[in-house]
Amino acid sequence: MSDELLDLCERILARVPAEAEAEVTVTSGIDALTRFATGFIHQNVADLARRVRLRVALDGRVAESAANQTDDDALDRLARTTLDAARLRPIDPAWPGLAPADPAPSVEHWDAATADAEPAERAARVGAFVAAADGLETAGFCSTSGESVAFANSAGQRLTGRASVAMLDGIARSGTADGSGRAASVRLADLDGAAIGAEATRRARDAADATDLDPGRYEVVLSPSCVVNMLGFLALYGFNGRAVEEGRSFARIGEKQFNSAISLADDVSHPSSVGVPFDAEGTPKRRVELVREGVTAGLVHDRRTAKALGAESTGNAVPGLGTFGVLPANLVLEAGSSTEDALIGAVERGLLVTDFWYTRILDPRTQVVTGLTRNGVWLIEDGRIVRPVTNLRFTQSFLEALGPGQVLGVGSDARLIGGATFGVGSWVVPSLHLASWNFTGGARG
Amino acid sequence: MFDYAEAAVEAALAAGARYADARVMDRRHESMAARNGEIEELSQEASVGIGVRALIGSGWGFASTADLMAASARQAGAQAAAIARASASVAGPALELTPVEVRQDSWANQVREDPLAVPLGEKGDLLVGVTRTMKEHGADTALAGYDIWDTRKWLVSSEGHRIDQHIVECGAQMNATANGESETQRRSYPGIRGQYGTRGWELVRELDLPGNAARIAEEARALLTAPACPSHDAVDLIIGSEQMALQIHESVGHAVELDRILGWEAAFAGTSWLDLAQIGSLRFGSELMNVTADATLPGALGSFGYDDEGTPAHPVDIVRDGIWVGVLSGRDSAALAGLAESGGAVRGDGYNRLPMVRMTNVGLLPGEGSLEEMIAATDDGILVDTNRSWSIDDKRLNFQFGCEIGWEIKNGRRGRMIKNPTYTGIGPRFWQSLDMLGNRDEWTFWGTPNCGKGQPGQIGHTGHPSVPCRFRGVRVGVTG
Repeated sequence: MSDELLDLCERILARVPAEAEAEVTVTSGIDALTRFATGFIHQNVADLARRVRLRVALDGRVAESAANQTDDDALDRLARTTLDAARLRPIDPAWPGLAPADPAPSVEHWDAATADAEPAERAARVGAFVAAADGLETAGFCSTSGESVAFANSAGQRLTGRASVAMLDGIARSGTADGSGRAASVRLADLDGAAIGAEATRRARDAADATDLDPGRYEVVLSPSCVVNMLGFLALYGFNGRAVEEGRSFARIGEKQFNSAISLADDVSHPSSVGVPFDAEGTPKRRVELVREGVTAGLVHDRRTAKALGAESTGNAVPGLGTFGVLPANLVLEAGSSTEDALIGAVERGLLVTDFWYTRILDPRTQVVTGLTRNGVWLIEDGRIVRPVTNLRFTQSFLEALGPGQVLGVGSDARLIGGATFGVGSWVVPSLHLASWNFTGGARG
Repeated sequence: MFDYAEAAVEAALAAGARYADARVMDRRHESMAARNGEIEELSQEASVGIGVRALIGSGWGFASTADLMAASARQAGAQAAAIARASASVAGPALELTPVEVRQDSWANQVREDPLAVPLGEKGDLLVGVTRTMKEHGADTALAGYDIWDTRKWLVSSEGHRIDQHIVECGAQMNATANGESETQRRSYPGIRGQYGTRGWELVRELDLPGNAARIAEEARALLTAPACPSHDAVDLIIGSEQMALQIHESVGHAVELDRILGWEAAFAGTSWLDLAQIGSLRFGSELMNVTADATLPGALGSFGYDDEGTPAHPVDIVRDGIWVGVLSGRDSAALAGLAESGGAVRGDGYNRLPMVRMTNVGLLPGEGSLEEMIAATDDGILVDTNRSWSIDDKRLNFQFGCEIGWEIKNGRRGRMIKNPTYTGIGPRFWQSLDMLGNRDEWTFWGTPNCGKGQPGQIGHTGHPSVPCRFRGVRVGVTG
């Protein structure tokens, strides 16, 4: 498959005049997803996907086109459309040029059985989840995908890669509360539908008959999915080279902006990570330290933001992100040594939160975000869970919440969360115990 | 193209499906973005393929491919049936699709100026010009952009549908960001998501981006030193029509999606606080609240001739005199809910996305008032406009929205500008406090080109006719 895709790249490059700078990305694979709700499979899809993207620069005049047909006529049209558009554009003074030839790290997050998974295999895991819920209503999905990517440019860079990922994510519903269970892996075989269903069911039952709690500031123990949500905003609005260039980022390199317990990196080579080891511009991904023991240490860049800030691309160009900039695809938050029970045991009075929902940033500089809790919130007093509480709205600066003195514990439960932010990336993060979180209202108002 | 769709449907039936439909879609998307006086992005994408649905028992299967050949179409049909068979292993209730008149037809929206035929240079000059103007008038970052979608689709069903449609959509937006010591402020025009419709480039010309560029840059800078929105537990709140579009989208549109009400989105987008047993009797809002879902509105972003199941576009009452009376539905959801017919609200984002219930043009019918009358009638209140942030719970009940700009209203007059206005509420309680709304002269068909839903994710283009409105006793100024 890799050779075939690279051949396609070469066929496209051959249609671009020698004086042009050109880069081609070809992706091909299968994306399949089995969705269930009210205990039955209600949507079940599979897409044989293919995409060809060409970007050219003619003396700094840049244009990009994409298509999903690969016959000769279609490739001729792709090249012609892109070159015609480039000729009409003004010179882009910020054009950073093409990535030079440079090998990518040897990373293979791939499982053929997952890429080729049959609908019956996904359905079986869904069936096991539903059965484990023991009569509670269920909803969620099981997905498998396998994608191969080839990249080539006129500067001599040639790269191929492939990645698979499987996810099972669902809720059980007790009638008064929902509980979630989820897992992600490179391998579908790692996903145990019954175990994940049982986890969701336990949470739903433990959250049943929740009562209200007055809003206010509380300690919190946040699950990995909540932490992923927080990191998404810090990444897009903070560690993003574009945000720094535009003066709207909080990040100040060398300054201790986080608690010492926070060490964060973008690392596609991490054994639990998924994805290919290069970005949309053909830049190989290397490990990028973003925070080291609380000190802001680095940013993520594509070639454009790197040029603007006098840095090197870190291999974080994301197609389609446009003027938003760049995003880490493989964040890893260093795990600690505390089990969930230990994190809870250390709470004087606070809340255990399963998931965040509909979080939106109010100001990128202050990182104040509003959102709600979902799928289970429990009141903790003197280190013990005392009762489930109804969902709460919060309005909280994510930066302040992770600031010096604010992180009281880091979990040992690091797990892969797929489709981490804006559908990009899969991140590996643990639970966190934080000193203060601002809940500003109940879900009922 | 019909031949491929027919081949796919026949293959699905041969593989055991009792119903099948197929959509061939050919979509072209062009977008350009400028930043600070330079074109930063120019992208053109062509995407064509076929998506097939098959129904076996009560189980659906969907398969799609970019290979447009008869053999591949047949393979997709057979695969859709195989997937449907797998669905039947975790089967739901018996399902009979609601009936729909079977038509063979063609439809296209009105376009005065083909946006893809407008020279790229002219479009680029527009974006470069307005971003330069914004920079000259105080913006630290000035962005502008447009999007054009040109979609042709061919639908065939096992019941005999044979419909082709050509839908052209376009729109544009710009924004100016000013950086302060510890905050940023942004002003957007014509709104945070711009303005989009099923129209040609004439829509973008009518927006008059150049005529508004200086103003929004100056407002962004002024907001940095404006006082913060005061906190009130209960105050009169006047909301401009652009923000009202978002209010309608989040707290009405999504709440009345029948698939949400049935629990089909429970694990992801959420459910709805609405209970079907109360349709026709539940008070959603005040008697001034009249909401329709109407895919026939000329030029509105959510308009079409037929939905992706072949149901003809038609207006559906959602809220009448404040009482909830309707839902957004498709043939299967309507059947399971016991409704007589589909609301014609099923669309897929591209050939490779399963058609699902999406908003069409969900909007408020205008009233008799005006923005100026609302201000004059308010002794002590806040006026807000242009959405900045939005957050709502999974039942579409508890919301908190932030706007880019606000003004205090004192004794019937607009007063000083305020920054970071936010307001929060609970859907029905909020809508029941509606006591004034704007008239037909202030009625704008706002277009939202980025509604996310579904797994795998899809982007829906939705329309929201709206007017300025006044609400009483609203909590504003929620801070972190």
